[in-house]
Amino acid sequence: MSAVVSLKDVTFSYSGPKVLDRVSLEVQEHEFLGLVGPNAGGKSTLLKMLLGLLKPLAGEVRVLGKRPEQSCTQVGYVPQYPLFSREFPISVEQTVLMGRLGVSGLFGGYGRRDRDVARQAMVETETIDLATRQLCTLSGGQLQRVLMARALACEPQILMLDEPTANIDMRVETEIFDLLKKLNSRMTIIVVSHDVGFISGYVGRVACLNQTLVCHPTAAIDGEAIRSLYEADVKMVEHHQH
Amino acid sequence: MEFFSALMNHAFLQYALAGGLLASIGCGVIGSYVVVKRIGFLAGGISHSVLGGMGIAFFFGFSPLGGALVAAIASALLIGWVRLTWREQEDTLIGTLWAVGMAIGILFISKTPGYSVSLMSYLFGNILMVNPEDIWMMAGIDLVILVTVFFCYQQFLAVSFDEEFARLRGVPVTFFYLLLLCMVAVTVVLLIQVVGLILVIALLTLPAAIAAHYVHSLGKMMVLATLLGMAFTLVGLALSYGPDLPAGATIILVAGVTYLISLFATTLQKRKVMRRQLQQAMK
Repeated sequence: MSAVVSLKDVTFSYSGPKVLDRVSLEVQEHEFLGLVGPNAGGKSTLLKMLLGLLKPLAGEVRVLGKRPEQSCTQVGYVPQYPLFSREFPISVEQTVLMGRLGVSGLFGGYGRRDRDVARQAMVETETIDLATRQLCTLSGGQLQRVLMARALACEPQILMLDEPTANIDMRVETEIFDLLKKLNSRMTIIVVSHDVGFISGYVGRVACLNQTLVCHPTAAIDGEAIRSLYEADVKMVEHHQH
Repeated sequence: MEFFSALMNHAFLQYALAGGLLASIGCGVIGSYVVVKRIGFLAGGISHSVLGGMGIAFFFGFSPLGGALVAAIASALLIGWVRLTWREQEDTLIGTLWAVGMAIGILFISKTPGYSVSLMSYLFGNILMVNPEDIWMMAGIDLVILVTVFFCYQQFLAVSFDEEFARLRGVPVTFFYLLLLCMVAVTVVLLIQVVGLILVIALLTLPAAIAAHYVHSLGKMMVLATLLGMAFTLVGLALSYGPDLPAGATIILVAGVTYLISLFATTLQKRKVMRRQLQQAMK
């Protein structure tokens, strides 16, 4: 087992108070890590740093042993708020194929293998029946699956998801996490969530982030215990600030 | 009908029509990107700041269209750089470039000896003055656009759709974004002949916006927008010929009215469909 993600004393601020304060974290290969914490606790910021979209003010970030800007093509990313317009004239299949962009050369279109991989990703996320549908006709849950298919089409070694079930009902949430559990056998997964009670049934370890970071194994603890642990941590962090 | 018999007899009308049809190709293909990426304001900034380049070219006695091409690409790169660097103040900065470009143009033109009326033809276009040389240049620009889009279709699509994701996939987003803006710039120059730089933005966006009402892929949008652009220039030319109206303005009005009708019709249609679905659900 080797660390696929390592953060050392990472500090970050947008322009004001620190969002991350000397955060250190190691994620092992094939780990399923839940990143939880209150709003504005720095969860999305940390994820963006792992993707190389943001650079730390201090400290070191390594993903797959490389700088995040170099490793980001081997990472599948499911954003919380996709930046595209829902009205964009594009089909589900075309959207999923975008995951192949970095792989198929700089210019030109997609090859046969690209289509096969995209197809496989749609089968896995159960979006294959939606392949020809327009993006604007999808429900929230369907869109989320399509975004996961797009990330899987990257054939990633690490899958990073930012609040994948924020606007989705409980039933779909369970389905999505069952799928993540299955995918975990072949890739490392880091999932950001505010719902620690729910994800503790799936993830192997919980990292609580509120400027600073504390890790807990979930193996021997049930959901309720995690919740109380989590609340205690928040208090601890507040104490730390004073 | 008068127009069509005149078309047979007058070479200048044939050139005008050829120019209009060639311009439609550029506006259909690149206009589709402008519409889906919602960069109409950027395109407006590029097209208006082109006046600066034309004014300078006028002053030093170069070809105004050559000046326009250089100015269009320069302002596209400048505006692209502004957007990528200062996203928060994007609209103010683009508005500034828009106005400053025009101001430079007006200053240089006013100091050009023998200030000519032909300036008006660049502001409002004069498709009837298109000559064979222009036709070749327009065909050349179309070729550049089509070849570029052919090779960069997926990359332009990715950059238009989701810049952040494209960047994560290792696509050189800045390069393709600026290349796309340069394509907008050369399209603007293409359209200046037909409708003038003030009205460029209408012909760039209206055909593609109408196409978006009916088709749901970028490729189909390009084809339909091109055909619509061709129809508008043809109808506009024909309508303007009899009463001797300015052709560029007539073309824009035809396109604008069609857009409004299409918007109205598709909105009604959507409501009708939704009401029917609701009724079926109630049964």
